[in-house]
Amino acid sequence: MSTKIGEVIEASTGGFVAECYELHTPPPLGSVVRTTDGDVEIYGIVCNASTESIDPGRRPVARGKDESEEENIYRQHPQLSRLLRTTFESLAIGHGQENEIRHYLPPRPPRVHSFVYLCEQDEVRRFTQSLDFLSILLNSKGGSVDEMVSACLRQASHAHDDGRAFLVRAGKELAVLLGGELNRLNAILRRIRL
Amino acid sequence: MNESNAQGERLGIVVGGSLTGGMEVKLDSATPIEEMAVGRYVVIGGLRSRFFGMITNISLGTINQQLTITPPDVADPFIAEVITGTSTYGKLQVTPMLTISGDAVSLLEGPQPVKTVPAHFSEVREASEQDVELVFGREDDKHFYVGTPLDMETKVCLNIAEFVKRSNGIFGKSGTGKTFLTRLLLIGMVQKKEAANLIFDMHNEYGWEGTSEHVPNVKGLKQLFPSQVALFTLDEESARRRKVSPDYVVQIGYDAIEPEDIALLRETLNLTEPAIEAVYQLVREFGEEHWLEGFLNLSGDEETKDLLKNLNIHESSYRNLRRGLERLRRLPFLVPHARENSVQRILEYLDRGMNVVLEFGRYTDVTVYMLIANILTRRIYAQYRERTEMAMGEKADKPHPLVITIEEAHKFLNPSVAEQTIFGTIAREMRKYNVTLLVIDQRPSSIDDEVMSQLGTKATYLLDNEKDIDSVLMGVSGKSELKTVLSKLEAKQQALIFGHALPMPVVVKTREYGSAESYKEFGFRDAAELKRKTEEEIKDLF
Ligand SMILES: Nc1ncnc2c1ncn2[C@@H]1O[C@H](COP(=O)(O)OP(=O)(O)OP(=O)(O)O)[C@@H](O)[C@H]1O
Ligand SMILES: [Mg+2]
Repeated sequence: MSTKIGEVIEASTGGFVAECYELHTPPPLGSVVRTTDGDVEIYGIVCNASTESIDPGRRPVARGKDESEEENIYRQHPQLSRLLRTTFESLAIGHGQENEIRHYLPPRPPRVHSFVYLCEQDEVRRFTQSLDFLSILLNSKGGSVDEMVSACLRQASHAHDDGRAFLVRAGKELAVLLGGELNRLNAILRRIRL
Repeated sequence: MNESNAQGERLGIVVGGSLTGGMEVKLDSATPIEEMAVGRYVVIGGLRSRFFGMITNISLGTINQQLTITPPDVADPFIAEVITGTSTYGKLQVTPMLTISGDAVSLLEGPQPVKTVPAHFSEVREASEQDVELVFGREDDKHFYVGTPLDMETKVCLNIAEFVKRSNGIFGKSGTGKTFLTRLLLIGMVQKKEAANLIFDMHNEYGWEGTSEHVPNVKGLKQLFPSQVALFTLDEESARRRKVSPDYVVQIGYDAIEPEDIALLRETLNLTEPAIEAVYQLVREFGEEHWLEGFLNLSGDEETKDLLKNLNIHESSYRNLRRGLERLRRLPFLVPHARENSVQRILEYLDRGMNVVLEFGRYTDVTVYMLIANILTRRIYAQYRERTEMAMGEKADKPHPLVITIEEAHKFLNPSVAEQTIFGTIAREMRKYNVTLLVIDQRPSSIDDEVMSQLGTKATYLLDNEKDIDSVLMGVSGKSELKTVLSKLEAKQQALIFGHALPMPVVVKTREYGSAESYKEFGFRDAAELKRKTEEEIKDLF
């Protein structure tokens, strides 16, 4: 069974934001997560994560000046973990059931408070059998698209028996999708080579 | 390639092209470009039919010019593998030649010439052995196996019945395999019995045995088909020395030599134009049959001077002609009066369906070769012509087709003499009188264009002179593509063959000739085997 890691707190067609149940433990950048709109499973790739104050008006202040170890800060102020929260953003990249996954946007965004699971290896393998989702990733807006793509491929490669073959296949797909953008292609390839 | 699979390996897809310019094929990234070769066959699976074609060019493509300026980090094998076939890719140019759809019509009528092209993104595969066999046929009573396509085991077969209907040519630079291929084709004609052959064998290579750079000696036609081949020679002594026993020793009488023969030899005998004129004057004086004897008997005295004056022959022309004709007089097989009519003898053999090889012995001089070939051919041709005309009047059967093989063909067929020589006439007339030529030459560009264009089937080995290449490929569709193919032939035993006797141009490694197995394939039994066989038969009898 895949691990439940959080809950949707903001949803749109292109993606969703979820809050983690555990502070400071968002799923890794580029990992595959799953949630639902009540009917269909929606798959996402983690593209960003952040930890901040629950009350946007109150920024955390530095507290460790006299401490020798970081952990002591939380031990001394147990309320801190309730004032902070970790959230992560995912891009919606596909939807569907077990055997018929579609690598394009779901018809509806997930419901707020839907549970979010981190996908297990074999689910990741199934989902990344087709690389059609790469074009959604490459076209997404945001600062570190290429970092996310490489992280995603690196991780997915561990789910495949022949990780290198998977990366070569993905690399070729990128080469086609990126066409003229050689610098981007080179940058990604350098990040995913074994 | 998988033997049991009717389909060859997938290579890529069609991405563009035209019927005249050939199809552009993008190779799959899994297809290693360095394993492609021009001249190889592919099959394109169109929507309605399958197209059979030949790779005529191979090139590299990149999707982005920048890639060539700042190449990616291909030292890294991973990046190299990704880039290959995507950002950079291999391209083939494929000339579609035939459609080989499996429907009823094409099964009955065989492969058809292409009239359209396969659609975009049609799949391109290597041609399988079955595909090639479908196109080039199997060996049968008309089809003779001449070689195998590049990197394949399938047999490429020539339709010998079609082949003998037209004059044909074999070209290529020295040492490429012309003589070996000629020998093969002659065997094909002997075996399929579609035509009788007369071979003017300048270097004594076809009759009894020929030389090879690898094996000691190779067998000639007479050894392989003793009952179907007669060996004629001009040089009995040379034959004896080579331990060859000829069926007939040829002599030519002076009376057989006509002014046209001398005109043809103008260059090799170093004759001036007035000297040639003089020959015609001499014919007027002494008559067709006696002019040469009469001339050679002139003693140079007062009487001669008077005669020359009468005939309006200048002293210098006389001397020029004398020098030239004395050379002929020294040839032992040229005699004032031949003991027998050699032409008649040759015809007798040919009429019996035999094939005649005329060896020149030590007389490998091109002057002799031209003179003899011309004299004999002219007379033989006249006979064929007469018989054919009689056959048209339904007084006799049409003569059995005859193929005359000549080497150094450009000497007979260059533009300045092709108009006049009998060979030019035969080449231009196609096979009006059932006589065709098989011409062998190293320098096809020296042969008259019109003659070249009349050749039905041409086989060409490597040629390195641009003019020669152009002349061989003149008038062929897809010329520029074939040019690439031709220029990439190996130095030996690889030929491009195209024309009437084949459904489409083909590059072959010519069939091995000279090994014991090769002789066996032609039905040859060596002495030991024959003995064994006879013994067995005797045993069976009692
Ligand atoms: N089909 C063949 N089988 C075996 N050997 C071959 C074959 N074709 C060519 N060769 C080899 O190549 C050599 C040259 O071939 P060949 O004598 O036919 O050349 P050529 O074109 O007639 O040359 P030239 O113009 O000098 O007469 C032969 O001696 C032989 O060793
Ligand atoms: Mg030769």
